[in-house]
Amino acid sequence: MSGEPDWQRPSPRLLTMRRLEVTSATAVLAVVGFVVLAFTQIVAAVIVAAGIVLAGVASLVFVTRRVRAWGYAEREDDLFVRRGVMFSRMSVIPYGRMQFIDVTAGPVERLFGLATVRMHTAAAASDARIPGLAADEAARVRDRLAELGEAQAAGL
Amino acid sequence: MSEDSGWQRLHPLSPVVRAGRGTIAIFVILVPTLLGGRGLGSSLPQLAVVGVIAVLGFVQWLVTRWRIEGDDLRIETGVLRRQSLRFPLSQVQAIDIVRPGLARMFRVAELRLRMGGSTASTARLAYLNEKEAEPLRAHLLALAHAGEHAVPPTEELAEEVLTTVPTRRLVASILISDVGIVAELVIAGLIVAAVLTPSAVVGLASGGAAWLFAVATALWRRFNQEYRLTVARAEDGLRLRSGLVALSAETIRPGRVQAVRMVEPLLWRRLGWCRLEVDLAGRQRRRGESGSTGRQLRALLPVGSRALAADLLEHLVPDAPQPTRRAPRRAVVKSPLRWRFLAWERSDRAVVTCTGRVRRVTVWVPLEKVQSFRRVEGPLQRRLRLATVHLDVAGRALHATLRDRDRAEGDEALADLVARARELRRAG
Repeated sequence: MSGEPDWQRPSPRLLTMRRLEVTSATAVLAVVGFVVLAFTQIVAAVIVAAGIVLAGVASLVFVTRRVRAWGYAEREDDLFVRRGVMFSRMSVIPYGRMQFIDVTAGPVERLFGLATVRMHTAAAASDARIPGLAADEAARVRDRLAELGEAQAAGL
Repeated sequence: MSEDSGWQRLHPLSPVVRAGRGTIAIFVILVPTLLGGRGLGSSLPQLAVVGVIAVLGFVQWLVTRWRIEGDDLRIETGVLRRQSLRFPLSQVQAIDIVRPGLARMFRVAELRLRMGGSTASTARLAYLNEKEAEPLRAHLLALAHAGEHAVPPTEELAEEVLTTVPTRRLVASILISDVGIVAELVIAGLIVAAVLTPSAVVGLASGGAAWLFAVATALWRRFNQEYRLTVARAEDGLRLRSGLVALSAETIRPGRVQAVRMVEPLLWRRLGWCRLEVDLAGRQRRRGESGSTGRQLRALLPVGSRALAADLLEHLVPDAPQPTRRAPRRAVVKSPLRWRFLAWERSDRAVVTCTGRVRRVTVWVPLEKVQSFRRVEGPLQRRLRLATVHLDVAGRALHATLRDRDRAEGDEALADLVARARELRRAG
């Protein structure tokens, strides 16, 4: 690869969103676990709740690293997408191979004004998505990729 | 031969053939009742059901019609839910002629157009007159090649037979294939058990009956499908013909091959045999589909020598390299069984990778067909400074994997292959 590509990052709001998701899931689990056990064994309840909170903190660290690992780079002829900490993956998708591009935003993502861009090629195995782009940025990326794809489209 | 305009119907016997086993079952049930002399009165309910089915089949036939419209094949069907299907001929990957046993009896054939692209699906014309099917296929292929203004070929294209698989070798190869060996061992075990303790066998046999039946069906299907498989080369592509009871004929258009796989099971390697399979762009495997049907690839050579396979490969993937670059020694820690076979190589136009634990599997992928590249590095691989590079193609089951390469070599290969594939795309 000629030089290190110019990596772009998802929006910083993605990190906030993921952290919030983990925190609220941990909180709900801990409270439920505590309440269920508290009627019979108060000691077990405290231990379980503490364990859940500890696991939550650990996954907070993992989530932070995972989100930071996401990146994409638009190059002249292809798109690079990288992700993953434990299993680090990098995909190279030529613009000409993209069949369609879709932008999705779930309810939580919409709350944060984020969207996920997903690229599809004729091969089922090539999975490339960029999560946590700001909504207008996602639309820009989609339009740009579609345009480049149109210009370089190649047959099967 | 069809006109380029005007709707056509399928063969009037289509519903009978399509019902297939049902038709046979109806005859088996009805004939004894009628011959039994109890008169029509007692079998009236059965007759009514058969009548309804026959009428439904007839109506289905009546409302189904097809025609060629410029570059498209159009099929209209359905009574309540009317469907109008359009298949662009430029996206045809292959056209098959399939003739199940019953269809052969009535001299009809089914035409199957396998489509690629985003509309990936299969267009079926079931059934046509046997005599019509072959010219229609040639006509459709010509249209697919040249677009609207093609002149339908007036005569059969000349073809050169490349190979035919001898029946004895096919039987032998099935008997010593992985599944075959296991089935034989189980049967041998049952026989030994029967001699020693006859009482225990009944329980064993009834328990394993379903499994044995499934294996026997699978082996039979393979034999039936690959019986006397003949590969011939013609101007419109490679033609495959095979079958014992159900005949099938298909044409693989040049340049439509997404990947080729060579499989060498343990015992076959001793004999220098291998199996060559082709993957074309087509319908992706659906979630609900069972692994065996979705992943089944078309065998180009059910069994043959490596030299013959190399010969055929030449027609499918031009400039095919042989795997020579082996994985580094330390990869044995990550893939202890596979390490022995791990290798890859590239030429100007294709990539080959080799892997496998008991069976050796070699996959060729033309570089211009690669849809995307992926580089993956797992935790153990990072420790060992290894990386895996995947090359994804639009086929149904195959993709090339450069497994457990040295990290630097992997990065270099990725950059190199991406650049080369780009050049080929531009040129093509």
